[in-house]
Parts: sequence; C-alpha cells; structure tokens
Amino acid sequence: MDLILSALDILMRWDVALALLAGSIGGVLIGAIPGVGPAVAIAILLPATFSMDPIVGLTVLLGIYGSSMYGGAIPAILINTPGTAVNALTTYDGYPMTARGEPQRALSLAYSASFFGGVFSVVCLILFAPLLAKVAPLFGSREIFLAALLGLILVVVAHRGQALIAGALAAFGIFIQTIGLEPVKYSQRYTFDQDFLGSGINLIVVVLGLFALSQAFVLLMDEDEKVHITKLRGGMFQGMRELARHPRIASVSASFGVLMGMIPGVGEFTAQFMSYTYAQKTSKRPQDFGNGSSEGLIAAETANNAVPAAAMVPLLALGIPGEALTAMMLSVFYVHNVVPGPALFQNRMDFVVALYLALLILNVLVLLFLLVATKSLIQVVKIPNRFLGVCILTLSFVGVYSLRNSATDCVMAAAFGLLGYILKRLKLPAVPIILGMVLGGIMEVKLRAAMARVKQPFDFIDRPVAFILFLIIVIVLVAHAIRVLKDRKERKEAEWQTKTSSTNFGGLMLRRKGSFLKGRGKQVRARHSKLLRRLTDLF
Amino acid sequence: MPSEREHRFVGPRRGQLVFALAFVAIAVLLLSQITSQTRWVEKTKFVAQPRFWPAVALGGMILMGGLHLYLLPWRRVSRQDMGEVRNWGRVLEYALWFMGYVLAVPVLGYLPVTLAFVPALSWRMGYRGRLMMGLSLGFALLTVVLFKGLLSVKIPGGAIYEYLPGALRSFFILYL
Repeated sequence: MDLILSALDILMRWDVALALLAGSIGGVLIGAIPGVGPAVAIAILLPATFSMDPIVGLTVLLGIYGSSMYGGAIPAILINTPGTAVNALTTYDGYPMTARGEPQRALSLAYSASFFGGVFSVVCLILFAPLLAKVAPLFGSREIFLAALLGLILVVVAHRGQALIAGALAAFGIFIQTIGLEPVKYSQRYTFDQDFLGSGINLIVVVLGLFALSQAFVLLMDEDEKVHITKLRGGMFQGMRELARHPRIASVSASFGVLMGMIPGVGEFTAQFMSYTYAQKTSKRPQDFGNGSSEGLIAAETANNAVPAAAMVPLLALGIPGEALTAMMLSVFYVHNVVPGPALFQNRMDFVVALYLALLILNVLVLLFLLVATKSLIQVVKIPNRFLGVCILTLSFVGVYSLRNSATDCVMAAAFGLLGYILKRLKLPAVPIILGMVLGGIMEVKLRAAMARVKQPFDFIDRPVAFILFLIIVIVLVAHAIRVLKDRKERKEAEWQTKTSSTNFGGLMLRRKGSFLKGRGKQVRARHSKLLRRLTDLF
Repeated sequence: MPSEREHRFVGPRRGQLVFALAFVAIAVLLLSQITSQTRWVEKTKFVAQPRFWPAVALGGMILMGGLHLYLLPWRRVSRQDMGEVRNWGRVLEYALWFMGYVLAVPVLGYLPVTLAFVPALSWRMGYRGRLMMGLSLGFALLTVVLFKGLLSVKIPGGAIYEYLPGALRSFFILYL
C-alpha cells in the first residue's frame, strides 16, 4: 500500500497529468490515422521528451504506445484498413459487423475489450511487481547477456519464412552499433577516418530514418484513396454489456497478452493469434469467426492491448527491450541517467509502480475520450495519404535535427529512410536492425563483464537462471530447426505433387508409350526382333 | 507458372535478388576492411577485443545474408528487378526535398522555411486547392509553435534573424 501511495505521489503533478492527457489523446489520433502508427510518432517525439523529467517523458511515450491500438481499431472496423499493424486481426470481425450495419456495436465492443485488456495487464503486473523485484536481482551480467541473446533469437525466428534475412538484418544492427570509438580500449572502429562517425551512429537517427522517414517516403509515393465512412448511430455503452457475457474469452486473451508481452520479441501478433485460435476453438459458433463474430473481436482487441504494460517488464526489470517501441523508450532512460535493470526494481520500485499506474489512468482517460469523441474522431481517417507524407517528413526534421543540430545526422537519417523504404517495398522487417543495435550494445558490455569471471566455458551457465536461459535458447533453436525441416518437407511434397504428370490411366498409358519409343523401348524391341529372327530361322 | 518455392516465398519477387546481392557484397567489402578499421590489442581476452563484435556482426551478415541469397528461388536479375531499382531511385527526390529543408533552416529560420516548405511540397504532391494550401500553412505554423515555441526543442534561430531589431530578434531566435 505504501508503495502505491508513493507511486501516486510521483504522479501527482500537473506536468504528468498534462503528459497523460496529451499522450492518450495523441495516441488515439495517431492510431486512427492509417499509415502513421505509434513507432513513427514515438520516433518523432523522442528528442522532444529529452528535456522533460523521466516520468513525464515516459508517460507521453507510454500514452502513445498504449492508446494507439484503441485508435487503430477505428479504421480497422469502419474502412477495413488497420490503423496500426496490430489491428489487422480486428478487421476480420470488425469490418463484417460494419458491413451488416453494426459499426457502433463493433467500435463499442473493441473499446471495451481493449480497456479490459489494458486494465487486466496493469493490475496483473502491479500484483506481480514484488515477485519481479525478487527475481530481477538474480540477473547478473551473464544472465542479462543470455536474456538479450534470447530476445534477439526470438525476434529473428518470429519472422517465419524470413528468419535468415531477419538474422542478417539483426547482425547489421549489431554492426552499426559497433561503429565509432570503442569505449574500453579507446580505438576507432569502422570510422574510415571520418570525424562524424567518431561518436558512432545514434539510435534515434536510425529509428527516425527506418520508421518515420521511410513511412513518409511510402506515403509520398503512394496514391490517395477515397474513403467512405459509415454513419454511427446508437449508444457506445452496449459493448461493456456484451463483453460481460464473454468473461472467459476476455480473461484468457488478456492472459495471453500479458504472457506474450513479457517475452522479448514475441509481442502482440503471437498473443492475438493464440487468443483468436483459442476463442474460435472453444466457441459454440466457430463458423462466425471472420464474419463478424463478437468473440473474435474481443479476443483480438483484448490480447493486443494487454501487451504494452507487459512489454515494459523485460525493459524495466532487465533493461532489455522486446521490440522497437520499448527500444526507443530505453534511450529516454539513458538520457536521464536512469538505468533500467535489476537495480531499478530494487531501489526505485515506486517509479516502476508509478509507470504502471500511469498506464492504468491512461486506459480510463482513453476510454472516456473515445466514448465521447468517436463521432468527430473518425474524420481523421479522411486525411489524404500523400498529405500525411508531407506532414511526417516535416515532423521528422524536428526529431533528427533537434538531436544535435547536425546536418550529417539528417543525411544519415535520409539514408536509413531510403533503406527503410526498400525494406518496406520488399516486405522485409526493419525491427531486427533496431533490436540488433540496442541488444548488440548490451551484449557487448555484459559479455565482457561476464567473461572476466569465467575460466571454463561451462562456468558461464553454472548459475540456475543462466542455465535456464541457456536451455531456453537451445529449445528455441531446436524448435526452429524442426519447423524449418518440416516446412522443407512440406514444400518437397508439394513440389512432387505438382511436378509429377497426371496419375490417371490414360496419362499412364501415354507415358508408357513414350518410354517404349525411347531408350528402354528400343532395347526391348531389339531383343524381341532378335528372338523373332531366331524363330523364323528355325523354319 | 511460378514454382512451389517461388509460391511460398514471403514478399514480392521484384528487387529481392538485387537487394540480397547488394547486402552480401557490402558485408564482404566491410569484412575485408576489418584489419585496417579495427584493432587487435595484446594481452586482452578474445571476447574483449575491439575487433570481436564487428567480426561477429559482419560474419553473421555474410553467413545469413549469403544463405538467404543462396535460397532465393531466382538466379537472374529480371526486368521487374530493374524497374524496382528505378522505383527506389525515385524516392531520392523526396530525400532531396528533406535535405533542402534541413540546409535552409539554419540560414532562413525555422518558421519561414517551414511556412514555405510544407505548402511547396503539398503543391508538388498535387494539392493545389485553397483548402489544402490553407491546411498546409496551418500545419506548418502549428508545428513551429508547438515544437519550438512550447516544447522548446533545440532548433537554432536562422542567420537571417540577426538582421531583426533588438527585442524582436531575441523573440524570433528563442521561439520561432
């Protein structure tokens, strides 16, 4: 109780309240505009938050992260276009509801499910915080190294069918962070005697290039689409009542969200997929899924909104971000000299709980805002794509230039923007680059520290947590290898089925005739004619 | 007709081979420079060598990028690939717009350049009506007021502001 009171004390400030309001409303707006997304907004706002207190800056960014998914459901339901990538599953059941004249019901249900997911995860994590505080100190250098390695491996293997190139891009991220002055031996690495590379390549420059500028380029090269929005009629509170009729699906989906959110590199998509599959398999009407099922909508929206709070766990407890958005937030901590990790959980537990409480308040604010303002808010969906591109390009300047007032940073951001654009065109992931940069830096420092006390290779995993992490890494790699072999076998089987000629009787006879006319046939005919000659010679 | 391997490939065909080739080529080129661009320090553990992590990263890029390239279902650069490369080149125009904006701000000041840049790029994108021009001007003004005026982000005042009279000059440098 004392902990919660001291956490509330941290939040009782006008600037935190303002940050909460700005973050929540800004996040909903950003989420509601297809093509912007929280990553772009956080990347742009990141340098602006450096001048704020850590709690204020983080509240703004958390607000955007946590509330963008609420906003993302609006275009997903009304125009079948997800506002953020994680709202893609919402279109499956949300849009069919709109098509049959129930947009208000779908929106209200999505808001209620999102609210439940958000609140459920925050409450879970506040309750688990003391336990986490006990576990976190068990993580020393080698455990953090292994956890970072596990996070990186999970991010790579999560890209099914693209694991190799995702791994190569993660390695590229690790390489980028090695550029510049090496901090222990003070030697230059890959600077090519250029002064501007001496201090290394800034994470924010890369993030802004890969997320904000690349998205601006995509939108500027795109065509504008005509958007038709269905009019909303009726109350917004019916979703709460409907959600109350499906407590099992809501709570299981939220639990999936919490669990998946805590594992680095897994995130919303896996949580949603598992919740949706669970909901469909246990439903009395599985045939409705994909055709406007309220249970499907609840599963998708509850799971994705339970993730943001849970994703903060590896970041706060171990200093390891699980995905791009938390990786960006890590830089806010570093700027303010607040180092997330076991020490934060031991010494600044009130700060951690304050962040969770901020998320809780944020969910309430967002729900209230949406219940009142949805009808006006849906107009933002109409903003033309290319004009959005102009806006993002203009705002990206603020993000990059305000960092160090350096035109070189802007050139580098533009180069990464071009790379991000190419990756988007080829449907290749940019997230492994960011995580490679962040986790690569952590791995370098922690491995060096850990190896100082390791004499034999097995000493590295002689502590229980290190051994468990090592075992998980082995299991993940073996499971991935099995999946790759299974995919390969399936592909071979499919190739065999498509390559082999027709298996009907006519086709078989045709091939038999063909074979007789060629090599083997010639031999058989030669033998037959030889035997025939001998036979005729007898007479 | 696409083969089973092409059919199962995640993502479009166009540009994949060019990207993979360029990626591996750059990685090989960087690895070939490792002895001149990094140092090997005597009496230092292998994992603490300044060369260790660049080598791991570049090795990973070459190994995994090379395998990705080897497993690609295409072996020849097609016409679609070249079309895609031209598409990448077309983006350079917007990168140049961005760089022009970046270089103009320290000279002409954040507010004047933004007020000119946003409507000009909107015009270029085909928004020439009064409404969109008004919107772009409004957006430009709002951006400057919000970020420089209210959030005080670090964007220097334009060199041109030096010619303004006393009080106005410091106001412009600080807030616009």
